[in-house]
Amino acid sequence: MADTKTISPKEGPGTQFWNWLTETQLWTSVFRHGRPDSDRNRVLVMLSNVFLHLHPVRIRKSGVKLRYTWCMGGLSFFLFLVLTFTGLLLMFYYRPTLEYAYSDIIGLREHVPLGIMREMHRWGAHAMVITVWLHMFRVFMTGSYKPPREFNWSVGVIMLVLTLLLSFTGYLLPWDQLAIWAITVGSNMARATPFLGYEGPGAQLLRLGDVPLIHAYDDARFALLGGSFVGEGALLRFYVLHCVGLPLGIAVLMAVHFWRVRKDGGISGPL
Amino acid sequence: MADDTKPEETPGPKIVPPTGEATKAAAASAPPTAAAHAAAKPAAPRPPAAPVPDLAGRTTSVASPGGAAAAAKPAPAAAKSTTRDADDSSPLLNRRAWMGLAWGAFSAASAAALAATGRFMFPNVLNEPPQQFKAGFPNEYGQGVDERWKEKFGIWIVRIADENVEPHGSGFYALFTICTHLGCTPNFLSAENKFKCPCHGSGYRTTGVNFEGPAPRPLERAKIGLSDDGQILVDKSRKFQYELGQWTDPDAFLKA
Repeated sequence: MADTKTISPKEGPGTQFWNWLTETQLWTSVFRHGRPDSDRNRVLVMLSNVFLHLHPVRIRKSGVKLRYTWCMGGLSFFLFLVLTFTGLLLMFYYRPTLEYAYSDIIGLREHVPLGIMREMHRWGAHAMVITVWLHMFRVFMTGSYKPPREFNWSVGVIMLVLTLLLSFTGYLLPWDQLAIWAITVGSNMARATPFLGYEGPGAQLLRLGDVPLIHAYDDARFALLGGSFVGEGALLRFYVLHCVGLPLGIAVLMAVHFWRVRKDGGISGPL
Repeated sequence: MADDTKPEETPGPKIVPPTGEATKAAAASAPPTAAAHAAAKPAAPRPPAAPVPDLAGRTTSVASPGGAAAAAKPAPAAAKSTTRDADDSSPLLNRRAWMGLAWGAFSAASAAALAATGRFMFPNVLNEPPQQFKAGFPNEYGQGVDERWKEKFGIWIVRIADENVEPHGSGFYALFTICTHLGCTPNFLSAENKFKCPCHGSGYRTTGVNFEGPAPRPLERAKIGLSDDGQILVDKSRKFQYELGQWTDPDAFLKA
C-alpha cells in the first residue's frame, strides 16, 4: 500500500492524520487488504473474513432481484438476529419459575422502559415462522432444491423444524392459561411417538415380560416435560431449550446453510 | 516452498544399516511412519549394536535380535518400502489392532457418555403430587361431583346417593380431570350438571361419558377403595376406561 501512495505537499493535517492512521500496525492488522476496488481485492476481502467468506464473492444478477428471491432467506436471518438480541434482553428480567414467570412477563410490559421489547420478540417470532415458510416456498418454486442443492435443502428442512420448535418452546414461557394448555395439547403429540411414546405404535413391543419399558414416566413426552404434566420441570426445560439449545443448533446450521449456498454456486439462477 | 535455510538433506537412503537391528534403532528415534525417511537422517550412524530400549514388549527382537525385525522388513534400504516398519511387527498387538482397540474404546466411551446424558434427562425424584392419596371419609361427601381434589390431584370424586342408580347402586367413583380429546382440564358446570372443556368444547355427563364436542371417549376413572382407617383411597396409577369395559371392575367403584 505504501508504495502506491504519493505524498503531495498540499496535504492538510486531516489527510496527514489519515495517512498516518492507515499505516499504523493496528489498522493494517484489521484491514489486511486494500479497498475492495478491484476484483482481486474483492476476493481477498471476502475470503479472509470469517463472516464474509460464508457469502459468495460474486452473485448472479438475478440473486439481487427481489422478485426472484423475495429476500425471504435474508429476512429470516435478519429476524433471527432481532430475536437473538431482544431475547437476550428479555433474559435479564425473566425468571423461569412457577412463582415468577407470569409476573415477570407482565413486568416486562409494565415495569421496564421500552415495554415493547417483548412484543418485538413475539411479533418477530411470528414473522420469522412466516418468512421461513415463504423462503421454503420460493426455493421450491424456483427449483433450487435440485442437484447440487439437495443437501442444502435438507439442512433447510431441519432448520424449519428448529424454527417451529423455537416458536413452540417460546410459547410456554409466558406461563398463562393459553401457554399451559397449548403446550399440554402440543406435548400430548409426543405420547404417540413411535416406540418412544407410551401410546405410540410399537411401544407395547418394548417390554421385559410384564414390565413395560416405555411408560408415562419415561417416554418422549416425559423427557420433553421433565414431569408427567406441564409443570415447573416443563417450564425450565422449555426455557433452556428456547434460550440455549435450539438457538445454538440453528446457528450452526445457518453457517452450514450459507456456506453451502456459496459452495453450490451461489443463489440459483432463473430456470 | 523453496526453503533454502534448511540444511541440505542427505540425498536418498544411502546409509545402509548392516542389520535389521540398526533399522529399528533408527526407526525408534523417528515417527514410526517415517522409517525409511529416518534412515536417511544423520542420526543413522549411531553404533549399530547400541542397546535400544525395548518399547514395552512391543517387539520380539530381544529374543531373536534381527530375526523378526529383519523378516518383517526384507528390504530395509528400499526408499519406497511398502512393508510395515519394525515397530509394527508384534504378534500381540500390531498397529491395526491397536487402532481398532483404541477406536473401539473411544466409541464405547462415547456411547456410554451419550447414554448417561440421555439418562440424565429422567430424574429419580419427581416434585409432583403422589399417585395415591387419601381423600377423607365417605360421610364428608355430598351427592354429586366434588371438586376439592381437582387442583392438587386432578381427580373429581363423584358420589351417587341413590341405591337404585344402575349399574352399581350408591357409592363413589373417581374421574380423571383430563379431557380425552387433547388433555386439557374441563370445568364442572354445576348449573348444567356437566363437565365442559374450555379448550375445544367437549362435554361430559357426571358419569364421565362424553356427549358433545370432539372428545372421542369418556373420561377415565381411577382406582378407588377404602384405606385401613376408613378413608377413601384413590390410586391414579390404575386407570379404568369405559370403552374397554373396565368400569365394571370392582376397583373402579366404591360401594357405600
